[in-house]
Amino acid sequence: MKEILSVNNLSKSYNGQVAIEDVSFSIYPNEIVGLLGPNGAGKTTTINIILGILKPDKGEVIIDGMNLKQFRSQILNKVNFFASYAPLPGNLKVYENLYIFSLLYGIKHAGKLLEKVIVQFSLEKFRNIKTGLLSSGEQTRVGLAKAILNSPNLLLLDEPTASLDPSVAREIRKTIKDFTKEKGCGVLWTSHNMHEIEEVCDRVIFLSYGKILLEGNPSALPKEYGEKNLEELFISLSKQPLEN
Amino acid sequence: MNFLHIWAIVLRQFYLMRSNYSRIISLFLWITVDIFLWGFLTHYLNKITKPEFDFVQLLLGAILFWDFFTRIMHGVAMGFLEDVWSRNFVNLFCSPILLWEYLAGLLLSSLIIGSIALCIMSYIACFVFNLKLLNYGFMIFYFLIVLFIFGISLGILSISVILRFGPSAEWVIWPLPAVISPFAGIFYPVEILPGWMQFISRVLPASYIFESLRTIVLSKPVSILNFPLSFLLALIYLGICWFIFYLTYNYCLKTGLFAKYSAENIS
Repeated sequence: MKEILSVNNLSKSYNGQVAIEDVSFSIYPNEIVGLLGPNGAGKTTTINIILGILKPDKGEVIIDGMNLKQFRSQILNKVNFFASYAPLPGNLKVYENLYIFSLLYGIKHAGKLLEKVIVQFSLEKFRNIKTGLLSSGEQTRVGLAKAILNSPNLLLLDEPTASLDPSVAREIRKTIKDFTKEKGCGVLWTSHNMHEIEEVCDRVIFLSYGKILLEGNPSALPKEYGEKNLEELFISLSKQPLEN
Repeated sequence: MNFLHIWAIVLRQFYLMRSNYSRIISLFLWITVDIFLWGFLTHYLNKITKPEFDFVQLLLGAILFWDFFTRIMHGVAMGFLEDVWSRNFVNLFCSPILLWEYLAGLLLSSLIIGSIALCIMSYIACFVFNLKLLNYGFMIFYFLIVLFIFGISLGILSISVILRFGPSAEWVIWPLPAVISPFAGIFYPVEILPGWMQFISRVLPASYIFESLRTIVLSKPVSILNFPLSFLLALIYLGICWFIFYLTYNYCLKTGLFAKYSAENIS
């Protein structure tokens, strides 16, 4: 199967301090990959490079067979993103935000599509309310609605359920899983909630000090490393110094 | 080029104005106050000085063009600041929009707002204070084009400054037209300035515009050199400011400033 995302030997330093070093991985269609690691491990740096808003010092990002450096606009037409720290403009209404982003993703006659995502994310009663007035959970739903507007082949989710209550988080996880299954896209998902990762991810990648420590199935990995569950494995890996 | 991308940026400005009337009021209130203030002042000056010298044509006309320039410059910066204030950089720049499409959207929004402002100012100046805009002839279009190019140049420079030094650099950009105004010769001929100020005036396209405007009002022959020179200077400013913006954008891509605008404040 041909990969949707191929990250090859990415390295990035800020003022001589290494953020990521020689990071390589791939994501395939219909696959949800968890990118895990302690704070400062390089997860957001990796996502920002894949999104084209940060230039790597070394390495390349290939999406759908195209190099991001050369085909940025074409590639980003088929990629989308959501992060709890990057909400949509709070001073625009929900419908206005979604309409503007549908234009930014080059979608003509977006009316029907917008109606569909508004229903899909239960946003009917919020459509004419300013996004900034919504609760965290509601804003997350708006952000995720924006993230699937262009039917992306690759979806990047940076802590999508952070600050959500468990019931809303479960609902969001289900929506994303259903979307992935229906669309057959690849998803890169970062989270600090290991139960969530075990529930949604087909594969996980552990980053520590900017390097990939290990990669594998979230259910099998803890056993392989003699840990009770993914959370215990995460804690033990976070404490370990990095082996060269 | 995708016109939908440009349209998205323009539409965003329209939505913002539609949802908050104070934005519309603040846009037009100050220029209206300006025109009334200068309108009454020029009428008073006309009363107490020689009748052959028309201060309305001279000063009110100049203030109208200067306000247009200021509105254009601030319009570009304001559109950009909306993204800064709403921390929209990550969502915006990880969409397929190209850098110049984003700028084109800001320029178009600014042109629309600036043109509406110009219409309002012209209406008040002509019908309340008897400014005869037609006396400037076709030169009006030339004045507006040069001031528009100069305005967007400084608008682009302003957004480069904010992008590089963070939202706190806002205080540098708002007074920029006021800093330029003594050199632009809006109300007086450049010759009365000291030598070093004249030197700065000569490299500002706006100074040629206001020199030409004065010459027309005083029914003197306008220097033919003023036109290509001011236009060329405006284009040079545009090129330099675009280049500075391009360098700043690349600096942001390299240092990750775009992401930091969303995640944290830049000091």
